[in-house]
Amino acid sequence: MQVPNTLRGGPDERGHFGIYGGRFVAETLMPLVLAVEQAYAEARRDPGFQAELDYHLEHYVGRPSPLYFAERLTRHFGGAKLYLKRDELNHTGAHKINNVLGQTLLARRMGKRRIIAETGAGQHGVATATACALFDIPCVVYMGHTDIERQKPNVFRMKLLGAEVVPVHSGTATLKDAMNEALRDWVAHVEDTFYVIGTVAGPHPYPMMVRDFQSIIGQETRVQLEKAEGRLPDTLVACIGGGSNAMGLFHPFLDDPEVAMIGVEAGGHGIATGLHAASLAGGQPGVLHGNRTYLLQDEDGQIRDAHSISAGLDYPGIGPEHAWLHELGRVQYVSITDDEALEAFQLASRLEGIIPALEPAHALAHVAKIAPTLPREHLIVMNMCGRGDKDIFAVADHLGVKL
Amino acid sequence: MSRIEQRFAALRAEGRAGLVTYLTAGDPDPETSTRLFAGLPAAGADLVEIGMAFSDPMADGPVIQEAGQRALKQGITLRRTLALVRELRRADNATPIVLMGYYNPIYRYGSKDFARDAVAAGVDGVIVVDLPPEEDSELTAPARISGLDVVRLAAPTSDDRRLPAIIEHASGFIYYVAIAGITGTRSADAGEVADAVARLRRFTDLPIAVGFGIRTPEQAAAVARAADAAVVGTALVQRLAFNLNPAGTARPGLVDAVLSDVRPLAAGVCAARKQI
Repeated sequence: MQVPNTLRGGPDERGHFGIYGGRFVAETLMPLVLAVEQAYAEARRDPGFQAELDYHLEHYVGRPSPLYFAERLTRHFGGAKLYLKRDELNHTGAHKINNVLGQTLLARRMGKRRIIAETGAGQHGVATATACALFDIPCVVYMGHTDIERQKPNVFRMKLLGAEVVPVHSGTATLKDAMNEALRDWVAHVEDTFYVIGTVAGPHPYPMMVRDFQSIIGQETRVQLEKAEGRLPDTLVACIGGGSNAMGLFHPFLDDPEVAMIGVEAGGHGIATGLHAASLAGGQPGVLHGNRTYLLQDEDGQIRDAHSISAGLDYPGIGPEHAWLHELGRVQYVSITDDEALEAFQLASRLEGIIPALEPAHALAHVAKIAPTLPREHLIVMNMCGRGDKDIFAVADHLGVKL
Repeated sequence: MSRIEQRFAALRAEGRAGLVTYLTAGDPDPETSTRLFAGLPAAGADLVEIGMAFSDPMADGPVIQEAGQRALKQGITLRRTLALVRELRRADNATPIVLMGYYNPIYRYGSKDFARDAVAAGVDGVIVVDLPPEEDSELTAPARISGLDVVRLAAPTSDDRRLPAIIEHASGFIYYVAIAGITGTRSADAGEVADAVARLRRFTDLPIAVGFGIRTPEQAAAVARAADAAVVGTALVQRLAFNLNPAGTARPGLVDAVLSDVRPLAAGVCAARKQI
């Protein structure tokens, strides 16, 4: 495979990262996807658009999020120095809002009068419902029935914010089915509706656009670590479902070869059991939800169920740019099991007073594996991309605690 | 001349439009499914569309989603779908057979191998819902070599700027999606369909089939006045589903019930232009 001069220049004009990405959607949607692409290209060049986004990121979301030296975790691991990028402190409690604000402003610019979204853990749904409340746009969120059961607090939050939450019973009733249903809604409401996709997946330009909006995470990290340590990080670590928080942290560093990057997939009960959500470790290239990427699937190309304790990682695919970076070898992808994530969830709570979401608990569990083996001057930045309030019921359940 | 060309030429000679029927391969079980498809031409289907089941059919409504789930539970695969076509071809070498579905199973199979094996099995064309012209060269190129038509889709949202790109590399016929929406959800408007077909004819000489939102003999007849063929899917799959036991197994009489619904549709399509 040919390695390009820059790893930050992707995708090509047709939305391809190597063989991944693209626009695999029904003809009915194709003109809409092209319209989003054109509108985004114009918005990107418009300083007014960026200024409006920056204003809301600062005053509404609370950016920049701190880059926090996790002293007690560092001491506990006894090796590398660990910084946490505190995106869980954002308004709505996760990194999702960075992207949602960008897309909502774009929807307004395009004159769309209705917004739809899919959600797994509910974080993207809550963020979308929040932006829609702020900008007074009707909002419909599709959510798998299974996820509604395990993420009740977020379902109630979305309803409080005025969104309509539509339970999806088809297929496995999780995130992939919610995305199918959102695409079906979009096909049926082509005139007035904007689809706010929550991760770096879907048809071009979504993987690029969501990455751009999330790249603020890595841009801030670069400046903040320069200030704290006077240099670049040695290793970046982030969890991956679709991979938007990881892409946002990694992208500004892709052309710095001295910065190692590790994406942590959800290993569920373990890759060998087949019950996991690790598309790179346990999947093959395929086409779903508008893009070519690694997918969990059987020999016949039927999509397999993902499994993870974390609803936000419970997706049988991964963003196409990750698939590309995986094949180029630029980013290392590993996996962490449910049990390891549960342990890290409790560790961060006890040692740092930070209750992480189950998603970044996966990233922390991998940090726990590598930090002790690395020298003290080695700088790790881990993206604490969401807070764990939404997960306390599910975690209590797994730990056998009755609330 | 391909079977598709021959069939549309014969329809033109008769001065009428054709009826295209859709059912999913392997629904509700392999044996019943084979009997259904085998009975369709005699019941009045001019072209037979065979659905390739997929776990995540983004363009389909609940009725066809469930058909795919039933078929997958019964072990249908793309290989077995091709075996079904081989079986049908032993008795019928004239009726055009078009596979319809999503790209991932074809991609996993290998698009080159698929094109070759499909033609060898007796398939005439393929419609891949989530493979727009921007992405489909990896299928159209091997398909052309093997002699498999790749039927392109046009939609109400496809404007005049897009249509030339859709028509280019299209073969067999053009499939016009009559509604902006998923299968089986709303009714196509006969006036809008006529306008759309007229617009398409400015760009292509290929036959134009119209599907999505056609349920009744009257609707099929209305579409058949303007288009070269009317496609009925959800209504037939629904009839099939009405004839299942609670456990999902076929009741006696299922095949006759579905084929009985095909006859009035065929009659409606045949008579459409005579009524004018």
